[in-house]
Amino acid sequence: MSHSLVTMSYIVATILFILSLSGLSNQETSRRGNYYGMIGMAIAILATALSGSVTAYGLLVAAIAIGATIGAKAALKVEMTQMPELVAIMHSLVGMAAVLVGYANFLDESIQLNGAEKTIHEMEIYIGVLIGAVTFSGSVIAFGKLSEKISGKPLLLPARHWLNLALLLLVIALGYWYMQQAATGGGMVPLLLMTLLALAFGVHMVMAIGGADMPVVVSMLNSYSGWAAAATGFMLNNDLLIVTGALVGSSGAILSYIMCKAMNRNFISVIAGGFGTVSGASAAVVEGEVQPIDAEETAALLLAAKNIMIIPGYGMAVAQAQHTVYEITKLLRDKGKKVGFGIHPVAGRMPGHMNVLLAEAKVPYDIVFEMDEINEDFPEVDVSIVIGANDIVNPSALDDPNSPIAGMPVLECWKSETTIVMKRSMASGYAGVGNPLFVMENTRMLFGDANAMLQAVLKALRG
Amino acid sequence: MKRPSIFGRFFTGQITAAGKIPPAKVLVIGAGVAGLAAIGAAKGMGAIVRAFDTRPEVKEQIESMDAEFLMLDFAEDGSGSGGYAKTMSPEFIAAEMALFAEQAKDVDIIVTTALIPGKPAPKLITEAMVQSMKPGSVIVDLAAEQGGNCELTESGKVVVKNQVTLIGYTDLPSRLATQSSQLYSTNLRHLLTDLCPEKNGTVFVNMDDEVIRGATVIKDGAITWPAPPPKLSAAPAQAKPAPVVSPVETNASSSSSLIKSLMPLVLGGLALFGVGAVAPESFMAHFTVFVLACFVGYQVIWNVTPALHTPLMSVTNAISGIIVIGAIIQVSSSSWLVSILAALAILMASINIAGGFLVTRRMLAMFRK
Repeated sequence: MSHSLVTMSYIVATILFILSLSGLSNQETSRRGNYYGMIGMAIAILATALSGSVTAYGLLVAAIAIGATIGAKAALKVEMTQMPELVAIMHSLVGMAAVLVGYANFLDESIQLNGAEKTIHEMEIYIGVLIGAVTFSGSVIAFGKLSEKISGKPLLLPARHWLNLALLLLVIALGYWYMQQAATGGGMVPLLLMTLLALAFGVHMVMAIGGADMPVVVSMLNSYSGWAAAATGFMLNNDLLIVTGALVGSSGAILSYIMCKAMNRNFISVIAGGFGTVSGASAAVVEGEVQPIDAEETAALLLAAKNIMIIPGYGMAVAQAQHTVYEITKLLRDKGKKVGFGIHPVAGRMPGHMNVLLAEAKVPYDIVFEMDEINEDFPEVDVSIVIGANDIVNPSALDDPNSPIAGMPVLECWKSETTIVMKRSMASGYAGVGNPLFVMENTRMLFGDANAMLQAVLKALRG
Repeated sequence: MKRPSIFGRFFTGQITAAGKIPPAKVLVIGAGVAGLAAIGAAKGMGAIVRAFDTRPEVKEQIESMDAEFLMLDFAEDGSGSGGYAKTMSPEFIAAEMALFAEQAKDVDIIVTTALIPGKPAPKLITEAMVQSMKPGSVIVDLAAEQGGNCELTESGKVVVKNQVTLIGYTDLPSRLATQSSQLYSTNLRHLLTDLCPEKNGTVFVNMDDEVIRGATVIKDGAITWPAPPPKLSAAPAQAKPAPVVSPVETNASSSSSLIKSLMPLVLGGLALFGVGAVAPESFMAHFTVFVLACFVGYQVIWNVTPALHTPLMSVTNAISGIIVIGAIIQVSSSSWLVSILAALAILMASINIAGGFLVTRRMLAMFRK
């Protein structure tokens, strides 16, 4: 294939990727968008493989075949509740691939450059490997935290900000050393040292971030994996990589921004870590008695209600209760009741997590609403059910300026006539903040595993 | 609570082998607090409940209790201040009486709760209506204390006239001593809560509080009774006055926010200028592409609906597997080390591509209406 033809294929692939992302703007066009992405990827790979610079087809086909099989198996097997883990581990793969491509490029002696171009090329390798390594180790830690192999609590080393600053300065110093050596053909030692430092930095960064901030971390790593691809593109002078990397990078950055806004948190302070540990002590302690309720009474309340709002949280994902939730929804809707779902932007462990779970349980997406769409309607709601959520329905975010989550927009379910909160215990949420909602006069607590309790409610509704 | 024992029949409809028993029909006149409670009680026992009130705003409340609201073909709003009814015009009352006369023939039980503050209770059920009712029917006149809503009610007694039982107790509270004490004490407790806003036992008479103002007779030696009429509690929403925007104010704030929003642009521009000053031309060509791509990404991603953020992440994940291109270019290197590294990178990126696209497809297939 001629060089121009390859470039033309790249342009087509780029356009297809952009169409793919814009297809996700709503559910109807989203499937088509995904196919555009697949076609774009196929065109890009084929064009590159046939471009004439490739001769080792055996190795290429074998690597692609093995990789694709593993990926396909993982994709078909994964539970929808485990999506955040899958996404995190896949980010780490992109990071690792970027590191490997960087090293391969560094070792490749066929590239002959001179002067400023050479300097810039070496610098691109350095930066590409740096971003790749941070993405890799950060994603591995995020995966561990999400799958609860590592504690979700933030690990706060003493003087961690100074540590980060020291790491950054060291990386810059190593970069200088590397540039000196690379000019004369060396530079392997500083590059390796920098890689180790970047790995440590990624681990330290994600370890310091608490569980409630995981949606931000996941989308931030998504962004990093994009920047890593873009840096590789600069290194290889490949515009397709640059464009695609930039698309993914800005996508992740915007998602991080949306998540931070939903939690009313500054992006820098999320990255610096340590959520709910600074001002937690000064927040008002919640006092009062909770009013427990059992499954039969819950069913009776639901039968008497006309307008019902369900607010799912991470607890629903943990208990795998989404199918039972849908059974109840179907039953209530058959009885002519209005049932809706209210989704907080940071409910769950990654952006849009709850929507995917509800979709899996076949809940029609036109009764699933965003927080901004339904928050004003709560006074008209008869019964709202909170399933395994805590911080996203905490009224002290609005009225207690000392609360660590003060100013975070929350679902105002306490304005409905009755609120039923399903929880395993009175323990506080990830943010470690007490919730005055639980002791309000119109709140009833239904203790127990969300799925077991919902099964009991369903039985009572049918009986 | 009093009615079923006197009515002596199932409230709810029953279908038995011996035939069908229709549910009792109850008409509640006046849907205030007492009326709504009566609706709730009768509904709870399975009766068919109809309710009437001169105030159209309570229609929703009645329907919220699952009772039927009887509409009059007559436009006149009976809302007085403070959520109580006022006296209606003669034409209205004529129409109302016609409605009741018609209903009286049909229903088994009539509960009247119609009271107008400070006036004798309106006579709503005439003797003729009572005669038209089925034998064995019951009329509960909760307004008996102020003369009764029914002409035949005898205050304080239960009487049977034309085979219709008329309950005119004026001492209902003392007949349900426990419940009424409980309810009364709850009321008092709420009043005390309002009186001691600091929860420290110190009484603070807040004359701006509607409830406290209404209950206060003498304060600081001055007689404050009667209180001004309370504000409407369930008034139909009034059109809000159009917001007045002062143009000067908005200009001032926009100019200061203009500086704020321009700052990053200026700084970014300077940084770009710095890069442009030292970088070679080939780099700048790629950099142009990069910046434009960031911009396109920014525009496209903002349109993505929040419900699809998870599929967005998995699809961008798959797309970031484009790094495979970089590895493919290098895999045919003459150095075996480079080849191996590139092959490994291809393997990982392929996992990403296949996994990302397939899992997105699986997820998107689930979203349905």
